[in-house]
Amino acid sequence: MNERRETLLLLGYGNPGRLDDGLGPALAAQVESLALPGVAVQADYQLCLEDSEAAARHDVVIFADAATSGAEPFSFQRIEPASCLGFSTHALQPEAVLGFAHQLFGARTDGYTLGIRGYAFNGYGESLTDQGRANLTAAVAFVRRVCGQGNFRDLGEVEP
Amino acid sequence: MDPAFPTCTQKIVIDPVTRVEGHGKVTILLDEAKQVAQARLHIVEFRGFERFIQERPFWEVPVLVQRLCGICPVSHHLAAAKAMDRIVGGENLTPTALKMRRLMHYGQIFQSHALHFFHLCSPDLLFGFDADVAIRNVIGVAAKFPELAVQGVMMRKFGQEIIKATAGKKIHGTGAIPGGVNKNLSIHERDGFLTDLDQMLVWARGALGIARDYTLSNLQMLAPFGSFESSHMSVVRNDGAMDLYDGNLRAIDAQGEKIFDQVDCQDYADCIAEEVRPWSYMKFPFITSLGPERGWYRVGPLARINTADFIDTPEAEAARREFMALTDGKPNNLTMAYHWARMIEGLHAIEKIRDLLLDPDLQGADLVVKGERREEGVGIVEAPRGTLIHHYRVNHQDQVVMANLIVSTTHNNEPMNRAVQKVARDHLSGVEITEGLLNRVEVAIRAYDPCLSCATHALGRMPLTVELLDHAGRVLDTKST
Repeated sequence: MNERRETLLLLGYGNPGRLDDGLGPALAAQVESLALPGVAVQADYQLCLEDSEAAARHDVVIFADAATSGAEPFSFQRIEPASCLGFSTHALQPEAVLGFAHQLFGARTDGYTLGIRGYAFNGYGESLTDQGRANLTAAVAFVRRVCGQGNFRDLGEVEP
Repeated sequence: MDPAFPTCTQKIVIDPVTRVEGHGKVTILLDEAKQVAQARLHIVEFRGFERFIQERPFWEVPVLVQRLCGICPVSHHLAAAKAMDRIVGGENLTPTALKMRRLMHYGQIFQSHALHFFHLCSPDLLFGFDADVAIRNVIGVAAKFPELAVQGVMMRKFGQEIIKATAGKKIHGTGAIPGGVNKNLSIHERDGFLTDLDQMLVWARGALGIARDYTLSNLQMLAPFGSFESSHMSVVRNDGAMDLYDGNLRAIDAQGEKIFDQVDCQDYADCIAEEVRPWSYMKFPFITSLGPERGWYRVGPLARINTADFIDTPEAEAARREFMALTDGKPNNLTMAYHWARMIEGLHAIEKIRDLLLDPDLQGADLVVKGERREEGVGIVEAPRGTLIHHYRVNHQDQVVMANLIVSTTHNNEPMNRAVQKVARDHLSGVEITEGLLNRVEVAIRAYDPCLSCATHALGRMPLTVELLDHAGRVLDTKST
């Protein structure tokens, strides 16, 4: 009897029209092109409530976003579900999305955040900075390494 | 010192307003007797999107303008595409293109109204304006009414999937192009939506029932809440029917008399002008013939129900008749009736989606038309929050040389300010200010479902801070959520 195969959702979010804020969707596009087994990919402008339903359908979810500060080239951390709201329920934090996945849909999805360090956010333009692009390359390689084996539990952490 | 501020006052700042999109701030000035002397909704962030898109090729604009907003990008996408239809002489779309765009638009209306009702305003309706702020939010709804919270998520997901199928992506799609669309709907996609359609209809009817029953059960309290007589404006079809995608402009006064009717959208500037006030980045539109003092008006679900002669889907039309019967067929001016009107539109949207999905034109292959090139175009849609106007001029090098956007929330600027003033004077004068009382101000603003980042053409972030200051600017109290 075959065991059910684990699945992972990589959710890259941000505004591609605001320079390095597009690092999350850019990561999603590159990971999708890798066609990693068991890995589903989704790009969003921002995290919303319905993302909790998508997260609930997977064993693990990685929330990939641009980071305005912190570690280079990226940080990777496990998160816990939480009942936390930001200023508006139009946009949620990863912990809240995970919390709604658990609360509303009875999921036991594990969650991680992948923060890709960016440098330019306060402008319009669909381009990444050179350093942001380099960090993206490193993040893609990381995702490929930790997710390429089809075993998604205990992905470890990369400290910020 | 701001000469507009009376002396001997206390100043209360609700900064930012929660559960709306963008960055807003409310200031309420109390005089020495703790009576409200002044109340204003300020928009405090501005980035000039209209300048940003100048000199860009016109065909990029329907995609670029979606960067304005993560909440209603489809509305900007379609309004810009309609304007660019005029530029390429392709405004008479093929049946497939027109119906694909309409399907996209009704998907947007359905998901946006579901999000607002279930997740933004329902905490106030379900728990009451004075409920503990710790539970008066979507987390509280999820805990106490999980079935409603799940319905909201699934209705929003359904609408988002419609958008993805028609626009190519859930957010910032490319489906509408000047003169048409770049894809049709496959049989496989259609059948997937039809599988879930009956459930969506059931939930839309249920949401309408909640909004209607809440309004009727609390009518005595809601009737004066942030309410005032006003004019109303929307697009209507040639025969006066509600049409959220296309039509001509109609404005009525508080008694239902027409101010203008069947004005071609290309001529909007003949009827509407915009006033700038120094204390807000958001402009104040007004009906030109009435002037800035009397010419302000409301847009959005309440205005659309008031201005339309009928709705062309049976269940929503029955609901409209019941809604209008409350005011004997005259315009309904209850600010809190926006919620009921919004859910009538939610039911209308899913009825339209059903009709469109059953139309074989969606599988057609004739997607784009072009005609005589023009240098100027206006595109107007009825976005979830109200009338959305995109106006562009394009030079011979295909570059945008002028852009003017009047978004739904901007039309509602004066009404939202009046709602804030009304609630502040009715509820905050001469009493000890509590969080629940301050929430009433936000409840009145939320009824309009404002998108302040759209209105200032910016993207805003805002933690909530409420400050109480005396006339000298000293902080007397601070509240945060």
